[in-house]
Amino acid sequence: MTVTIRLPGPLRELAGGRSVIELEARVHTAGEALSAMRHRYPAVYDRIITEQGEVRPHVNVFVGNDTIQAVAGLATPLDADSEIVILPAVSGG
Amino acid sequence: MPRIPAGIAPANGAVVLMVGTTKGAFLLHADPARRRWSLDGPHFPGEEVYAMALDQRGGRRVLWAAPGNPFFGTTLRRSDDLGASWSGKDDRPLRFPEGSGASLKRVWQIRPGRETQADHLLLGVEPSGLFESTDGGDSWRPVDGLLAHEHRPRWTPGNGGMCLHTIVLDPEHTGRTLVAMSTGGVYRTEDGGHTWQARNRGVRAEFLPDKHPEFGQCVHKIAHHPAQPGRLFLQNHWGLYRSTDWGDTWDDVANGVPSDFGFAMAMHPHDADTVYIVPLESDMFRCVPDAKLRVFRTRDAGESWQALCDGMPQQDAYETVLRDGLDTDGLDPAGVYFGTRSGKVWGSADEGDTWQLIREGLPPVTCVKAATLA
Repeated sequence: MTVTIRLPGPLRELAGGRSVIELEARVHTAGEALSAMRHRYPAVYDRIITEQGEVRPHVNVFVGNDTIQAVAGLATPLDADSEIVILPAVSGG
Repeated sequence: MPRIPAGIAPANGAVVLMVGTTKGAFLLHADPARRRWSLDGPHFPGEEVYAMALDQRGGRRVLWAAPGNPFFGTTLRRSDDLGASWSGKDDRPLRFPEGSGASLKRVWQIRPGRETQADHLLLGVEPSGLFESTDGGDSWRPVDGLLAHEHRPRWTPGNGGMCLHTIVLDPEHTGRTLVAMSTGGVYRTEDGGHTWQARNRGVRAEFLPDKHPEFGQCVHKIAHHPAQPGRLFLQNHWGLYRSTDWGDTWDDVANGVPSDFGFAMAMHPHDADTVYIVPLESDMFRCVPDAKLRVFRTRDAGESWQALCDGMPQQDAYETVLRDGLDTDGLDPAGVYFGTRSGKVWGSADEGDTWQLIREGLPPVTCVKAATLA
């Protein structure tokens, strides 16, 4: 299946300027998709996921229109045409 | 959009102030007269910078900063041209080992190593830990002796987070390093970081039922002069102390200060008996006492302290100076500098006797580091 991951502006330069990453991978969850991305773009992964395997506190990961925190976290399932969107959370000062 | 900083190109002998703020880093520089200052920045706009350093060992001139992106984590960046360009943009963030249970939140201190170990650098980080490089900063690894310390589960965060903010190197004994944490207190190694022992005897912990525990103190800053290698000065969360035995014991030296609560502490560059602090009123009201902006100086190793205020407001000054917001340069007479949470940078070119407002309108200042270009 093809997994699409959309990146916010600050992360695009870490992915060679790409705003969209498309991966051909057999993955079933959001976490597996991000892990698959890690092989090609480790610096992008590190800015989304901490060293303890958790989504950073002020980063939101969406599958479709739903944040994965409201579904099943990194175990949130993907459909064949799922799109993952990474966005900075509404926080900060 | 903020303007793009160009870096600075002052002559040798100039003074550089590295000013970290909650929204980026700034570089101020002046000639040795230190009257007119030029500003460059913001570097890393929008990112907090709690730690900066200029490493001039072995003829190098490397500027370090550790910007923390509020969303995407902390990175370590270096500049070999005083801020005109920064490397490390594409690097992966500093990371604790997977499975360690720790996720890096912030770098609090960048400490170039001893003069004799020119490729050695240390980072003090949050959650409390040390990272070490032995190749000039190309690679980093956590110091396992602290990461796996049996006390770690009982270290707790202070208001600023659970941070290791002070690193003191014994210039004579390369195996001896002393660190300070908030909270956790003082720890010292004699074997290059393999084992660490708490060194807090005499330091109060007002916020605990046991006021003198083995560890758990909230130490805010330690100052040290290499000419008196066994002597240390400590600004505590309530308490001002001196040790003459590398931290084995601590004695109260809050002689004549309006409050022994505070964060910042800095050593005179040439006189091992002279130390600067900025007391704050209390832990409940973290502003300078009586709304008077004053630095206090001892010239007799803590036996007495004098208020320094010439040129600074002495009423309605509700200012706060954080733990790394005070520093001295290497000139004679020494320059003394501090930054406030209200975004002001103050400086003295005469050891603190008179003061000038160098800059205002900056974001809240988290650190001020002074260096004289070799």
